[in-house]
Amino acid sequence: MGIEIAIAAGKVVFLLLLVVLQVVGMGVFFERKVSAVIQDRIGANRASILGFAGLGIINTLVADPVKFLLKEDVVPKGVDHWLHFWAPIMSLLPAMVAFAVIPFGDVVEIGGRTIDLQVAHLDVGVLFILAMAGLGVYGVVLAGWASNNRWSLLGGIRGSAQMISYEIAMGLALVAVVLTYGTLDLQEMVRQQGHLIGGWLPGWGIFYQPIGFIVLLVAGIAESKRIPFDLPESESELVSGYFTEYSGAKHLMFMMADFVEVVLVAALVTTFFFGGWQFPGLDRTGFTVPGGAHVALPSIVVALLQVTAFMVKLIALTLFQIIVRWTLPRFRYDQLMQLGWKGLLPLALANVMLTAGLVLWLGSAPQ
Amino acid sequence: MSMVLFLVLAALTIGSALVVVLHRSPVYSALGLVATLALVAMLFLGLDALVVGFLQVIVYAGAIVVLFLFVIMLLNLQVEQEAFSAPLLVVSAMGAGVGLAAIVSVALARSSVVAPPLQAGFGDMEPLAERLFTGYLLPFELTSVLLLVAIVGAVVIGKKKLS
Repeated sequence: MGIEIAIAAGKVVFLLLLVVLQVVGMGVFFERKVSAVIQDRIGANRASILGFAGLGIINTLVADPVKFLLKEDVVPKGVDHWLHFWAPIMSLLPAMVAFAVIPFGDVVEIGGRTIDLQVAHLDVGVLFILAMAGLGVYGVVLAGWASNNRWSLLGGIRGSAQMISYEIAMGLALVAVVLTYGTLDLQEMVRQQGHLIGGWLPGWGIFYQPIGFIVLLVAGIAESKRIPFDLPESESELVSGYFTEYSGAKHLMFMMADFVEVVLVAALVTTFFFGGWQFPGLDRTGFTVPGGAHVALPSIVVALLQVTAFMVKLIALTLFQIIVRWTLPRFRYDQLMQLGWKGLLPLALANVMLTAGLVLWLGSAPQ
Repeated sequence: MSMVLFLVLAALTIGSALVVVLHRSPVYSALGLVATLALVAMLFLGLDALVVGFLQVIVYAGAIVVLFLFVIMLLNLQVEQEAFSAPLLVVSAMGAGVGLAAIVSVALARSSVVAPPLQAGFGDMEPLAERLFTGYLLPFELTSVLLLVAIVGAVVIGKKKLS
């Protein structure tokens, strides 16, 4: 019993390190540096910590969170104190909890024990993801309402309408994905992506579900409420939208929730469409070099390679979303709704019908 | 599910349900509803009904109550002066509640049915889907027609001019 709890705790800590390192390190670094490169400037490079600015952007990475945490927490008059306090937490928590069902590796054998590299092995993992995505909207709505500010309220209302609209397209994209794999279990989905199509193309979901991939990625970016879908915050119209009246650490939590959602979308897309921790040729016993030679590897090395493969895909997709954020302009609200209801929803529905027809025609899920 | 866990969850469920009816602010009432639904979902999870539990969160907590909140915020409903403004309604609702509780407890006291042990795979997606698409196919499809009627009705009401 004790060792089981220790293993579970170890997995949580490992995953949190992955996610938190992603969020704080990559998020801020890429956001600062990529935006600078795209806008043809150098970017933050001269934060001075006690007179020392020698490490360039590393200094900024240290200074940013410290500055946020040390700032005064201003709570304006007339807010609903209880909800104003809990809204940032309700915004951040569901996105972080959703990582529990993301598999970041196959199994690893240590001392005769087989450990599944997934925090919570749920047979209905897809439903868990949808449930957590659905709860994420409360932080936005309540922050908007509790702030007693018209900008915040508008942001909260926009946010709730937007997130509900895109959840429908997201759910339908996932229906097609589930039809393809024939399971709701994320680990099982990744295992099914281990084969090679025609001996050279990795059997990743994107080759079976190209439409589902596009719909899920667009709906996912919309769910994370960043440009081009940042109508709930749009600083040129609503100051900061639903978190206008937040400062210091609470403001940081909203920003962090956005970053966590970006990484979550990247993790979901990796799991469903890019083979999760799969790397062509790598299996539980070792690595098969193209040409046929098989190199036997110990279980722990295989697991580390799988986690690395997962992380590389995750970072690439996160970077892609950051590039999208700094490249595209913001939608108008009616365009946003049209894309969601008249573009993505019919596309996802057609994809469900097409997938169902193909599964019926081919007898079972394509392997 | 252990007895302690059940009692804690049940007490929290009743408490949040009371918030729904007793709180004067409509936003807090809606939040009490979210909490009630989430806690009922946890009771489902404790009974090994995973699919029903998560569907409860997705459909009710994640979608329906968000729309409640949306409407409350859009109409800018004010905080009411009293929790209950219609005494006759309160009395009849309390009577109905007490009556229902009495009927259920009498029925439970008289019955001697012992629940059979759960089969393997209980509460998973596959047995549920198999039931839905074989034995209960007609009611299931009729429900979807009902939902379609509701959607068409909402569009008709929402349209300013039918032409």
